[in-house]
Amino acid sequence: MSITSAKTGATGISLALENNFMEPIASTVVGSGGASAIIFNDIPQTYKHLQIRGISNSSNASYIAAQFNGDIGTSYSNHAIYAEPGTVVGQANTSTTNVQIARSNYVAGSMYGAGICDILDYANTNKYKSTRALAGNDSNGTAGGVVFFSSGSWRSFAAITSITIFPTSPSFSQYSRFSLYGIKG
Amino acid sequence: MAAKTGTYTLIASSTLGSGAATVTFSSIPGTYTDLILVCKLLASSTANNSDGLRFQLNGDTASNYSATWLTNSGTTPVSSSESSATRGRFGNVSQTTNDVGTAIGQFLDYANTTTYKTMLGRSGNLNSNGDSNVFTAVSMWRSTAAVTQIVLSQSSNANFVTGTEFRLYGIEAAK
Repeated sequence: MSITSAKTGATGISLALENNFMEPIASTVVGSGGASAIIFNDIPQTYKHLQIRGISNSSNASYIAAQFNGDIGTSYSNHAIYAEPGTVVGQANTSTTNVQIARSNYVAGSMYGAGICDILDYANTNKYKSTRALAGNDSNGTAGGVVFFSSGSWRSFAAITSITIFPTSPSFSQYSRFSLYGIKG
Repeated sequence: MAAKTGTYTLIASSTLGSGAATVTFSSIPGTYTDLILVCKLLASSTANNSDGLRFQLNGDTASNYSATWLTNSGTTPVSSSESSATRGRFGNVSQTTNDVGTAIGQFLDYANTTTYKTMLGRSGNLNSNGDSNVFTAVSMWRSTAAVTQIVLSQSSNANFVTGTEFRLYGIEAAK
């Protein structure tokens, strides 16, 4: 069975995209002093899923990570597969203090990595929370680009009301931008 | 936080009525935060392989593009890259007649004038001749200009065939 939009003629995924299924919640651009972390607080509980979209630059960072509701304990785990030129790597981390949502090989000057992370069923109080992410950065051969997929788990039943995003070191550079969206069920 | 109503605005679409080597989206407004390009890709030849899905921005045909990607060769994962290329890459197009593939390209922060532009892409096709593949890539355009034009092509410069479809959306962040 095919469903077609009477308004635009869109079908399938195009139809879903044109149905206002996604709404912007908040957005932050890092200023001239840089920022060690980006925090989204008071997240409304009225959506089914959340999506974080952004670009960032952080010299020497290995990963960009996320924590929820201020939990800095070892309540997180994640799996990832990432590709560097000529190398494909799988990894698993259990009982860690964050979920990894991007890997950063080399971003300097005007080079910024990009990433998209979905946080699924974030307001549900009956199950642990899951994340999935796609991210990457390229450096025109300077130090090798990387494409990164990850899944993450936060072992908490609490609804997510706060998200902290941070690089492993030292801070996000100016013009890094993170935007939070709500996705309707 | 106050939510704003709606995003994912359709900027333009193109469904090919005849074969074309390139498809161009011009005069892209700078009023969104990200661009998303959704593609329905019909096979363009009878070859038993895949062709690269390519893009150029703002008419820049110089060697200002680079990419790193992950794909498969049968059951084997493969990663590769290219530097100082004349086009970016964000997917594959099946070359086996009657096959249909999909691709999604994400141009993040396309309108800012302070950073190089980074693009994430994914594609997949189930090739009936056995060369099915999934593909994901990150591409960079070494320019701080706002993106106002996207030109799509294939690595071989073969035509996109009749019925191939592209839809360009704008995503707006909260103000």
